[in-house]
Amino acid sequence: MSSTFDTIANIIAETCDIPRDSIKPESHAINDLGIDSLDFLDIAFAIDKAFGIKLPLEQWTQEVNDGKATTDQYFVLKNLSARIDELVAAKGA
Amino acid sequence: MRLEYFQLIDRIVDINLADRKISTEATVPTTSTIFEGHFPGFPLMPGVLLIEAMAQTSGWLLVAVNRFERMPFLAAVKDAKLRTFVTPGQKVSISATLVHEGSGYAITKASIELDRKSVCDAAITFRIMDFPNSEMRDKMRETAALVGFSTEVPANG
Repeated sequence: MSSTFDTIANIIAETCDIPRDSIKPESHAINDLGIDSLDFLDIAFAIDKAFGIKLPLEQWTQEVNDGKATTDQYFVLKNLSARIDELVAAKGA
Repeated sequence: MRLEYFQLIDRIVDINLADRKISTEATVPTTSTIFEGHFPGFPLMPGVLLIEAMAQTSGWLLVAVNRFERMPFLAAVKDAKLRTFVTPGQKVSISATLVHEGSGYAITKASIELDRKSVCDAAITFRIMDFPNSEMRDKMRETAALVGFSTEVPANG
């Protein structure tokens, strides 16, 4: 069974045509991988489907805009993986 | 269709919020300056406007799903296939299904039929946002009334 990070990395590689081996847990989806907001919608759709969750993109964006969070907290892939694990756990609780 | 107002939908036939589906219909006008260029001597409904008709149909579904509190904006069109010609005067049936409702975005699958034959289809992505201002929402409500959208329509949801 692949890890959450592996699943996300595979989705990004396939959706955005980015070489899989260049996608690291420390990669920032926007700053390092150059993923824009429209491409991220495709990634979010694939993640929602793969994990049976609904990524709270609007909430995250609002928190970043309000200065309550940094983009690193949600868009560095190891952190995104952790957020997804939390959402999956909350769904099963 | 009122092409000059970019209103591609004549009438909402049905909105089913339980199944997250909508069907609409529209008749291509017999005359339009568009046909003078597309194409001289061989008037055809432009494919991009058929795609727009699918987007508008999907849009009304999303407006209903969001209870007229948020507005869908076209973001992406995928796998669009234009299978047959549509000509002036023809009446088409348009349908759309909400495939996924994400956070701030939604994806539909839409299609158009002519005499029960497939004309075109596509997967369409929308950003779902607050109305930019009250004027736009008011104007959208006016247009909604013109195409038969009412608060009673989604009652079967």
